[in-house]
Amino acid sequence: MASEPQGGLTEYIQHHLTFWQSHDGSFWSFHIDSIAVSLVLGILACGWFWLKSRRATAGVPGKGQAFVEIVLEFVDGQVKDVFHGDRRFLGPLALTVFLWVFLMNAMDLLPVDLLPFITEKLGASHFRAVPTADLSMTFAMSLTVFVLVIFYSFKAKGFGGFMHELFTAPFGKHPLLWIPNFALNMVELVSKPVSLGMRLFGNMYAGELVFMLIAGLFSAGSWLLFGMGIVGYTVWGLFHILIISIQAFIFMVLTVVYISMAHDHH
Amino acid sequence: MDINATLIGEMLSFAILIAFTVKFIWPNLTKAIEERQLKIADGLNAAEKARAELKDADAKVADEIRKARQQASEIIDKAQQQANQILDKAKADAVAEITRLKAAAQDDIASMAQRAREELRERVGALAVQGASKIVQREIDPAAHKILLDQLATEI
Repeated sequence: MASEPQGGLTEYIQHHLTFWQSHDGSFWSFHIDSIAVSLVLGILACGWFWLKSRRATAGVPGKGQAFVEIVLEFVDGQVKDVFHGDRRFLGPLALTVFLWVFLMNAMDLLPVDLLPFITEKLGASHFRAVPTADLSMTFAMSLTVFVLVIFYSFKAKGFGGFMHELFTAPFGKHPLLWIPNFALNMVELVSKPVSLGMRLFGNMYAGELVFMLIAGLFSAGSWLLFGMGIVGYTVWGLFHILIISIQAFIFMVLTVVYISMAHDHH
Repeated sequence: MDINATLIGEMLSFAILIAFTVKFIWPNLTKAIEERQLKIADGLNAAEKARAELKDADAKVADEIRKARQQASEIIDKAQQQANQILDKAKADAVAEITRLKAAAQDDIASMAQRAREELRERVGALAVQGASKIVQREIDPAAHKILLDQLATEI
């Protein structure tokens, strides 16, 4: 907070809610912070699992391998409950989603000023540490899932089957009902990625905002408020461990549910 | 608005991460897990089999012990019978020997008594003859008076 411009809590929060952009304004600019953090975490998670899987032994597993296997078995169990088919793609997809979203969410548990403080020394004026509190990030994932849903709808039902389903379910085959059927199916289809992306974004954004509000207490100028800040930050941090895990879990399960629904015939 | 080209970049990253996990992480780990599951199942089966075999062996051992015990008791019985037989025979032999010895001794005694009696009788006869000759003071013809003297001896 000491490094912040003097301007009160509002300016502090606004400062923290601004992305580090490659260039301002246009669609073709990038959020360097989101991309950097998500890439580092993605490579970290995948690299770690890759190392463990490369040295995976069918004999007595080491502690690292055991942990990796526990995570994999947990994810695989969730997928198995929802999807009854070949899990060679859906399993690793769910694992990637769970690990990546969990780690990106977990960036929320770092002190809100830590990464911005470091990057400011390195020359970045703004830095947001939680990629999942970035709509671009969450929608990137939910849209990828959406693409997969469309792909598997075509693959499982064929072009004709999928079209037939779009126009005749749920009301019936009558030509007059084609338009309402299609409209309803479009709403259903589009609501999936929107809700998926918005849910994760909303939870993480709100969590981040609460952390910032509590952090504002530290510079409020009173020892009482400082103490309340410490208590509040601790309590909210502990509670947030639950939220980041649950949100990662929900995102994973819904991804699996949506894709397995794409396999179902109506 | 927060949505910009980050979206496209992250979609690409996401796709790459998924592909990487599908190709390099998941198969190795699931293979290791499935192999271990097989190994554990084999181990459990082997343990189950070994336990059954052990049970069989135990039963066999118990059977053998029972048989051995039975055999031993049979042998002991036979030995006892034999001992009894030997004892009985020895007893019978001893009794026979005793009766034989007793009979022989009785025979001896009887014959010795007979002989003693004969001797005594002869002696008494001679004494009687001596006495009589002394009384009569003359030689008596022993042959002529033998019958008389014998009669005398038996009366003594």
